[in-house]
Amino acid sequence: MPTNRQQFDDQLNTLRSALVEMGRKVEEAILNSVKALKETDLDLAQQIVDQDVEVNQIEEKIDEIGTTLIATQQPVAKDLRRILTAFKMASDLERMGDLAVDISKVVMRIGNDALIKPLVDIPRMAEIVQLMIAESIQAYMEENVDLAYKMAKMDDEVDHLYSQILRELFVFMVDNPKTVNQSLLLCFVSRYMERMADHATNIGESVVYLVRGHRPDLN
Amino acid sequence: MIQLMEKEDAATAADQRNEIVLDTRELNLWYGPEQALKNIALQMSEKQVTAIIGPSGCGKSTYIKSLNRMVEMNPLVRITGQVMFKKRNIFHKNYSVEELRTQVGMVFQKPNPFPKSIYENVAYGPRIHGIRKKKLLDEIVEKSLRDAALWDEVKDRLNENAYGLSGGQQQRLCIARTLSIEPEVILMDEPTSALDPISTLKIEELVQELKQDYTIVIVTHNMQQAARVSDQTAFFLNGEVVEFNDTVTLFSNPNDQRTEDYITGRFG
Repeated sequence: MPTNRQQFDDQLNTLRSALVEMGRKVEEAILNSVKALKETDLDLAQQIVDQDVEVNQIEEKIDEIGTTLIATQQPVAKDLRRILTAFKMASDLERMGDLAVDISKVVMRIGNDALIKPLVDIPRMAEIVQLMIAESIQAYMEENVDLAYKMAKMDDEVDHLYSQILRELFVFMVDNPKTVNQSLLLCFVSRYMERMADHATNIGESVVYLVRGHRPDLN
Repeated sequence: MIQLMEKEDAATAADQRNEIVLDTRELNLWYGPEQALKNIALQMSEKQVTAIIGPSGCGKSTYIKSLNRMVEMNPLVRITGQVMFKKRNIFHKNYSVEELRTQVGMVFQKPNPFPKSIYENVAYGPRIHGIRKKKLLDEIVEKSLRDAALWDEVKDRLNENAYGLSGGQQQRLCIARTLSIEPEVILMDEPTSALDPISTLKIEELVQELKQDYTIVIVTHNMQQAARVSDQTAFFLNGEVVEFNDTVTLFSNPNDQRTEDYITGRFG
C-alpha cells in the first residue's frame, strides 16, 4: 500500500502536463511546417528543425518519470494504464514531431524554387491533421472516449486526400518530367501527413485504453 | 488440419476448466451480534491459487478460517450458509472436523513448528493417522520436505530442534508438515508477513510449484504478492466480496471502483 499517494498523484499530474505540453509543441510544429511550405519560408523551416529537440527532451522526461513511478510505486489498474499510456503517447507525439521536421527539410530542399502548383489539398490535409492532434490531446485531457472515436474517424478523410494528392502529382509528373523532383517531394509531404494522422489515431486508441482498459483498433 | 487443431484447442480449454473444489454459498458469519461475513459466494477451482485481499477487519482471515472450520473455535461464532468441499457441506453435522482438516490444511502467519525435531514435526501428522513403519515415515518426511523446497537445507540435521531453523525455513517446515498428510487444499493466512524478502520469494515460488498438485487459498496484505502468485483474486470489504475476478483483470482493469481505489492505495 503506497503511503505517499499524494506524491504519486503529483507525479502522475506532472506526466499529464508534460504530455499536454508536448502535444502543443507538436501541433505548433505541424502548423508551422505547412505554413513554411506554402510560403517557402526557409527560416521558419529551420526553426522547426531546431525546436524539435525540445519535443525530444519532453519525451525523455516522460520516460524517466514513468520508469521511476513503475520502479517505486508498483502501479496497478488505472495508475498503471496512465503511465503506459504516457509512454505510448509520448512516442507517437515524438514521431509526429519528427514528421514535421521531415516536412521542413522538404521545404529546405525546394528552397526558393517556385512551386509547381498552388497548394490546395496539402493545406487541407494539414488542417485535418492538426484538428486530429488537437482533439486527440483534448480527448486525453478530458478522458473523453467519444471524442477519441470521433477524431479517429477523420483519418478516413486524410487517407482519401492522400490518394487524391498522389494521383494528381502523378499526372503532373507524366505531363511534365521537369516537375518530377518537386512532385516527389510533395508526395513525401502528403505521406508524412498521412502518417501523422495515423499517430493521432494511435493517441485516440491510447485514450480508450486509459479509460476502458482495452485497446480498440481505430485505424 | 485446421479443424483438427481447433478441436484440440477446445479439448485443452475443457481440461483447463477445472473442477470446483470449494464452493462457498451465501455464507454469513457473526461474532456475537457483529456480522463479519455477509453472503459470501466464491468458487475455487482445483489446482488454482486464489488470493484474498482487503483492508484489516474486512473478514478475509475469518473467511479463510471458516474453510477448515477453525473459526468455530470461537464460541461466539454463528454461521449460516454452506461451504461445499467436493460437493459436501463442511458445516453438515455428519462432517467430522478431523476429516475435513486432513484434506484442507492450513499454514499460518507466524511459523508455528512444534518444539520437536525437524523430522518429528513432519512425521507427526502421518503418525496420528496411524502410520508406524519407520521406512514409510522416512519416505513421507523426505517427500514432504522436498515438496516444501526445504530438504536440501535440512537433510543432514533432521534430528535437530525445529526452532534452530530461520523464520523462512520454519515456515517451509510448516508447509511440509501440512503436505505430509496429503491434503487437497492448502489455506495460507498471510504466510509471508513475518518473513524477509528472500524467504518471501521462496514461499511464493513454492506456491507456484505446489499448485501443480494442490488447490491453494492465500490471504495476503501484500497486493503485489497476490498479483504475482494467484490465478484469481477476491477483494473483501466490510465482510463482503466486492469483486472476484481473474487476477490479471483485477489488477489491470478492475470492474468495481472500490477495488480500484483499494489497490491503488486510495483507502485501506
